[in-house]
Amino acid sequence: MAAPKPNEIIMIDHKPPKKWWMDTKPTFRQGTFSYPSKPKNIEILDMWNPREWNPVDEDWKLPDDWKERILEGFRDLLKKYRSLKVFMDICVRCGACADKCHYFLGSGDPKNMPVLRAELMRSVYRGEFTKAGQLLGRWAGGRELTYDVLKEWFYYFYQCTQCRRCSLFCPYGIDTAEIDLAGRHLLNLVGCNINWMMEPAANCFMVGNHIGIQPHSLKDMIDFFVDDIEEVTGVKIEVPFMKKGAEILFVTPSGDFFADPGTYTFMGYLMLFHELGLDYTMSYYAAEGGNFGFFTGTIENAKKLNAKIYAEAKRLGVKWILGGECGHMWRVVHQYMDTLTGPADFLEVPKSPITGTVFENARSSKIVHITEFTADLIKHGAINLDKNRNAGITATFHDSCNPARGMGLFDEPRYVVKNVVPEFYDMPEDTIREKTFCCGSGSGLNNDEFMEMRMRGGLPRANAVKYVNERYGVNTLSCICAIDRAVLPPLMDYWVPGVTVTGVHELVGNALVMKGEKKRTVNLRQEPIPGMEEEEEDV
Amino acid sequence: MRIVMPFIIVVGLALTAWAGWAIHLQGFFGVLVPYAAALIFVAGFCKKVVDWAKSPVPFKIPTTAGQQKSLPWIKHSNIESPFTTGQVIIRMFFEVFFFRSLFRNLKGELRSGPSLIYGPTKWLWFSAILFHYGFLLVILHHLRLAIHPVPCCVDLIDKVDSMFQIGAPPIYLSGFILLLGVTALFLRRILIPQVRYISLVNDYFPLFLIMGIVISGMLMRYVIRTDIVGVKALIMGLVTFHPVVPDGIGAIFYIHLFLVCCLFAYFPFSKLMHMGGVFMSPTRNLPNNNRAERHVNPWDPKVKLHTYEEWVEDYRDKLEEAQIPID
Repeated sequence: MAAPKPNEIIMIDHKPPKKWWMDTKPTFRQGTFSYPSKPKNIEILDMWNPREWNPVDEDWKLPDDWKERILEGFRDLLKKYRSLKVFMDICVRCGACADKCHYFLGSGDPKNMPVLRAELMRSVYRGEFTKAGQLLGRWAGGRELTYDVLKEWFYYFYQCTQCRRCSLFCPYGIDTAEIDLAGRHLLNLVGCNINWMMEPAANCFMVGNHIGIQPHSLKDMIDFFVDDIEEVTGVKIEVPFMKKGAEILFVTPSGDFFADPGTYTFMGYLMLFHELGLDYTMSYYAAEGGNFGFFTGTIENAKKLNAKIYAEAKRLGVKWILGGECGHMWRVVHQYMDTLTGPADFLEVPKSPITGTVFENARSSKIVHITEFTADLIKHGAINLDKNRNAGITATFHDSCNPARGMGLFDEPRYVVKNVVPEFYDMPEDTIREKTFCCGSGSGLNNDEFMEMRMRGGLPRANAVKYVNERYGVNTLSCICAIDRAVLPPLMDYWVPGVTVTGVHELVGNALVMKGEKKRTVNLRQEPIPGMEEEEEDV
Repeated sequence: MRIVMPFIIVVGLALTAWAGWAIHLQGFFGVLVPYAAALIFVAGFCKKVVDWAKSPVPFKIPTTAGQQKSLPWIKHSNIESPFTTGQVIIRMFFEVFFFRSLFRNLKGELRSGPSLIYGPTKWLWFSAILFHYGFLLVILHHLRLAIHPVPCCVDLIDKVDSMFQIGAPPIYLSGFILLLGVTALFLRRILIPQVRYISLVNDYFPLFLIMGIVISGMLMRYVIRTDIVGVKALIMGLVTFHPVVPDGIGAIFYIHLFLVCCLFAYFPFSKLMHMGGVFMSPTRNLPNNNRAERHVNPWDPKVKLHTYEEWVEDYRDKLEEAQIPID
């Protein structure tokens, strides 16, 4: 679906309307909401109320006891999560979070202010669960959970990418992602969820990757990569899958297998591992590091997918796990995995077989981020890099929300990028590192039907790229997230045409000097490298 | 109406106290109400905190605001991304005493181009600091009414607070700081369109209540003087559990006291509980050492996994055909 033109979108009014928010209802306009899950995906994940339905219809085909189900679920979550309970009680509505949300900045819709997004739920908490709210209603900031409120929840809880930028600025650390996850879980209880989140989750659960490519087809795809790498470098490499007794299990988001430009990043990993002579393996069963189950807010889904990684590590008998470039995968891996599916006591504390570095920071979960691994290699001079093979590239780096605010991974990827490209400039400081802006399409919202909101939500990110593009001639946006690699190219085309999006390890792959390689004339995208073009024979 | 109604309520509360004084209910407003309010405050506050504490923290979810601790040669941001409990305590210290997160505040503005401009904005932080520290000082020097003899630290605060003596009685700076803070917070709430839009009665009511307290207190000190010896006797009576109701204390005192009691009684049921909640926020009070120290979830969800064996059964023919090793 095509979004309106940029000049139509930028007429954004951040002033709220006259009518108060409790009196307004969302309009389900094409481009601003995601399509509902197909029933089969709900069934595969053993969730609730599978059916065909459409958000624009009056009747959402909810079960008769939908309200009781949600309120019961709400009470249950309050018992299980201190975060939710505290966040329901302590917001003072200071508004510090308001203009921190990319969707508010890009749409001006007041209910996209994090405070109001949370109030959508808080008002129900007060109205249904507190004495004052029950007695005084909106005079105590409370309201009842009605059909319209439920529809509003669906609209706005699927207009949040759980990026946590607001939680950084909140004086009490109120985390809208926690509230949004809770909201999505409650919506799940009555079968209101979106397909772009549910289908990848169902595929990862049953097949092992988010597109649902069956293992033998995936094998063929890997063979294509091997051919491409040979064509570019002259080096024939092997990609070990399901190899028992390997030292390392490598898990990456499966987006890297299917979609350009993630595929080039994937080739970068393969070349690096080959050059190091790394004893590693990948798995068709646990071929997905990303976790679309997490986005559903129903934590059981996150566990169903994440558990495969440790299970496979155990079956294959590896010593530790290396994780590829992916945003929310690393939120789950860093903040949830050990708790959710650990302890990984059958693994060893990760130790780089090349440099001998022991990754003490991963001593319990035994999983290392690829940029931690590669930064260590570069620091020790363990790989030979030639920046000239990235000639013509002036790069910047987009901190993905989750590794930024859910992990603190800032300097490792920058160190890697700066070592492989000739020129690097960071975007303005209020738009990077912990203050980074979302790509606008995270948490299952990277679908086509949501394109207008994606372009709106991506405006702050794109605008910062535009700044360094105009000022320093930055032409390449590097990132460490598969969703970024899928969604930033259309975002750049829309707001900053001419900027290329690349994974960090694509740049590493290009710069990597390999034993037995031929003279490189093209990069992994098979585009000529400036200054290294093939000499024309007939000149 | 969301603004007017809470204002009327606060005026109504003040009038109630005045009326009570006029019909000689000093015992009720001077003794019973304060005890009831104190009881509600303490019991309500504890109940709320215990209620929060009863819900577990299933996952370690700090919002990381700085570089993680990873490789030894990468500089770890040990306060913004704390790894140890000690570092968490420092982070919390800055959060609680200096409102660190609020200090980070930025203002985003969309200009033509389009171009989004961000700049630091400290007004909210500054108002909040004035308000909270003003309030703290005011409470501290009220201790002189409740402790006998007056401890030297309270005396010292008093000396600093009243250093600008313009005639008698000395001016307490803290009261004016608090008034300035509460006024600034009120003004931004009604003047910034987005903040006005999100504001509830729940936000205006405590502001008006605190304004009422400050104004009645100032009137009592600087304008409508009352019998301060009698007031001290009443307060000492309350805190020593030998309540007395001296004659001759003016209505203004009872108004002031009643509004304070209302604030205390309202506190546990309101957003003012952020005072306790800030300490319990899992995005701030947990270390970013997730991969090094395992966190245990007491209600670890049980799920039905799709096991390797089941997966092999799904694809056995295809796996064999593609010569993918099977267990």
